Amino acid sequence: MTLHIGQPQRRENARRHLAGRGRFVSDLALPRMLHAVFVRSPMAKGRILGIDIEAASLCPGVVRIFTAADLNPRCQPWVGTLDHFAGMQSPPMNILAEESVLWTGHPVAMILARSRAEAEDAADRVLVDIEDAEPVTGGVPVLQPGAARANDAADSNLCYEALLQTPDVDRAFAGAAHVVEAGFTFGRHTAVTLEPRAVVADYDPSSGALTVHQGTQTPYQFQDVYARHFGLPEGKVRVIAPDVGGSFGMKLHVYNEEMGAVAASLILGRPVRYVADRLESFVSDIHARDHDVYGRMAVAADGTILAMEIDDLTRIGAVSAYPRTSAAEGNQVIRLMGAPYRMADYRGKLSVAFQNKVQTSQYRAVGHPIACAVTEALVERAAEATGCDSFEIRARNLIADDAYPHVSATGYQFEKLSHQACLARLRGMMDPGALRAEQAALRARGIYRGFGIASFVEITNPGATFYGVGGARISAQDGAVVRMLPSGDIHCAISVTEQGQGTETIIAQVVADQLGVVPERVSVTTGDTATTPSGGATWACRGAGIGGETALRAGRQLRDRILTLAGALVQTDPATLRLAGGAVVDAATGAPRIALEEIGRIATYRPDTLPDGIDHSLTVAHHFAPGGYPFDFTNGIQGSLVEVDVETGLVTLLKHWVVEDCGRIINPLLVDEQIRGGVVQGLGPAFFEECQYDADGQLTNGSLADYLVPMAVEMPDIKIAHIETPTQDTILGAKGVGEAGTAAAGAAAMNAVNDALRPFGACLTQTPMTPLRILDALDAARQERTAP
Amino acid sequence: MKVLVNTIVNGAPVQEAVTPRSSLADFLRDDLGLTGTHLGCEMGACGACLVLLDGAPVHACLVLAVQAEGGRIETIEGLTETGAVADLQESFHDRNALQCGYCTSGMLMSAQALLARNAAPSRDEIRDALSGNYCRCTGYEAIVDAIAATGRARAVTAAPANTEAAE
Repeated sequence: MTLHIGQPQRRENARRHLAGRGRFVSDLALPRMLHAVFVRSPMAKGRILGIDIEAASLCPGVVRIFTAADLNPRCQPWVGTLDHFAGMQSPPMNILAEESVLWTGHPVAMILARSRAEAEDAADRVLVDIEDAEPVTGGVPVLQPGAARANDAADSNLCYEALLQTPDVDRAFAGAAHVVEAGFTFGRHTAVTLEPRAVVADYDPSSGALTVHQGTQTPYQFQDVYARHFGLPEGKVRVIAPDVGGSFGMKLHVYNEEMGAVAASLILGRPVRYVADRLESFVSDIHARDHDVYGRMAVAADGTILAMEIDDLTRIGAVSAYPRTSAAEGNQVIRLMGAPYRMADYRGKLSVAFQNKVQTSQYRAVGHPIACAVTEALVERAAEATGCDSFEIRARNLIADDAYPHVSATGYQFEKLSHQACLARLRGMMDPGALRAEQAALRARGIYRGFGIASFVEITNPGATFYGVGGARISAQDGAVVRMLPSGDIHCAISVTEQGQGTETIIAQVVADQLGVVPERVSVTTGDTATTPSGGATWACRGAGIGGETALRAGRQLRDRILTLAGALVQTDPATLRLAGGAVVDAATGAPRIALEEIGRIATYRPDTLPDGIDHSLTVAHHFAPGGYPFDFTNGIQGSLVEVDVETGLVTLLKHWVVEDCGRIINPLLVDEQIRGGVVQGLGPAFFEECQYDADGQLTNGSLADYLVPMAVEMPDIKIAHIETPTQDTILGAKGVGEAGTAAAGAAAMNAVNDALRPFGACLTQTPMTPLRILDALDAARQERTAP
Repeated sequence: MKVLVNTIVNGAPVQEAVTPRSSLADFLRDDLGLTGTHLGCEMGACGACLVLLDGAPVHACLVLAVQAEGGRIETIEGLTETGAVADLQESFHDRNALQCGYCTSGMLMSAQALLARNAAPSRDEIRDALSGNYCRCTGYEAIVDAIAATGRARAVTAAPANTEAAE
């Protein structure tokens, strides 16, 4: 029964936010609570000669000042490597810098005071003497033998390297009619969640219990991390993630400051609050991307894509992030290249290099925007070389919709995708013929418009092969406890978490349909390790696909139990009964037999009237781990229409289209807004967002006045259409949708800008595509044209 | 040294001793427990802390609490209680014009101020009016839709009253 699955159900929990009644960690105040502030390294690399805290410790309100010597011993250091990334290295990290500082912003001392303001006053009085050293901030040369090291505890600047290739790749290039190639640079950017990272760690020495209120996607992962790194029994550690003001992957990594708050609470026996201010967010939240990619594509005379060759150099921080590493993004970049296409051969080389900047790690659509932009830019060049148009070359090369299962040249297994159907739908929405005519007419008037398209796949619902096999304690399974209350209302406690996507809403819809009730009768609890079962929680678009399936299966088990009980009560074979309209009904006729509240009443208050031995427990627990394919893939295609002012380099985003196949759609209202939000997080780094560093490793635009994020006035309206290809690996068939928008928006936009600039022979291969870079590209093209 | 500040917060007189350097945002959140006003940047860029001071939206992170002396402050809690933004809230809910909820109070303040000065804004005018409000989740389109829908609905309910006044 799917009465509510597929409906645009509104989010019940949105009402609290609209009334100003959100419950964010940054709102939390506990008795005895202290406020933490960190003193940070002003240099990107150096050796600590001394820290003088005497004047600071006399400041009003200061309770304690920690340096590494008295804080770090409380915490086992962490190492950001995974076993299945063979040969990977990353030096251990602990809360406060010990001998060396490794990036601008590296925490050196921690101040605990009665208020944040007093702690900040004291921070100004801490004297840190650092002998600065030449930081590593560059690209390729850092990997040459003998290069200065970003982190002296590593044996070189190479964190990890990988090579992926098919046996015939060289032959494919040798026999190709055309080889197109380009070098690309993808700037470093960061999540800028509107609520910064926030934690209140509350250790109660009288009970030995640690409760950590934390704005995170992954409370169970942090329960495990805090238990292991602070030597606490896991059962004594509770992590609560209430409302989270944006996360996007950024809030599932281990950070020095959160570990510091826990350590300080353990030592002081008082709640410790740390909420990053915006300036701290820029120098401590993970950054993402920062890749230089050189790509080639071998193409036959008829436009068939034969092979790709990729060399990706990505620069991370001075250590790899924990526990998911800083190598996963590059790993996905080289594996996602060419993924939508039938292309048979491939070589991908990845180098992950240390440098003295903020660590990079997983942020929404990990690796996808890079792989997609490189692939789709090369496809456009292949189209140009072979005289195809953008739609034609894709129609020729995208995997046929009836050719599944399919294994990509990089080894990804696709169950069933719908690239060709998506392409056809996009063509209908965009009407490229009309756009070309308009483009030509406007060019005659000196107005330069262009459009671009980009096909994509998106990895979702990873199983244990993603992290678990590498030794990381990151769960691929999720759990749900579904129970019927005496009133017949339903409660579901589930391990997938909510950051505003609507997780709780879709879980209520799924459970409601299994139990024949309206979603309003299903309350959902998430985000508390003490009240929900352990699971992977929300990342990699797992909420709908894995969380939804977990809820579905748990709901069905409860349904069966209710029907068994009902069968005994109405003395009928349970197989002739089903649940509908809040009651047990006759399966054939739909005639009501007994209401859920009556079953709840009897099971709870009068179990003595039930037949002997019947199980009257109206609570079930179920855990689900994805099986079948190692992960799911969603697919789709995006289109972008832009206008470039060739005098100023300013780009106006006129329109954006998305055709997306996320499998079964549980809630179209939420799915579309996930796509729109994702698209804007893809357009941001394509045009605006970049963490700019100088040669000394100083972040020069680390404030919201200087770091540009997309604003309402710059963003286009976004047209969305769907193809629905449910996965057969689950009953529900949902694949997830959180990252699809981000995956291809920048790629489509880059192709659009380059289409607009085609009359000038200018071509952008670097993001963000700032006005200055666009003018530079126009200049370069002009010089090339006028060169003798 | 603390100084006394007298204000009207959400319609009720409030007298409170504050440190002179306290921002209005910290005063509302920490002293009065009105946590619906959020802090996103503490430099007047993101708009999460917008409140109405004497009817006009101000960044509570940039105004000192002492500067609100004698002023009338309305926060999301007050506007919710009086029902002044009930239609906007409903429209945001219908259109799913919020995800994490952290920008929402500020968005409602900007929307309310926009509709007060321009009853029937175009989409471009709405987008322009949100130029001081960051949202990282929605991509803005649903917010624009929700504000436009509220403007249209207010125009319909206001129309009979206008006719009457004209007569």
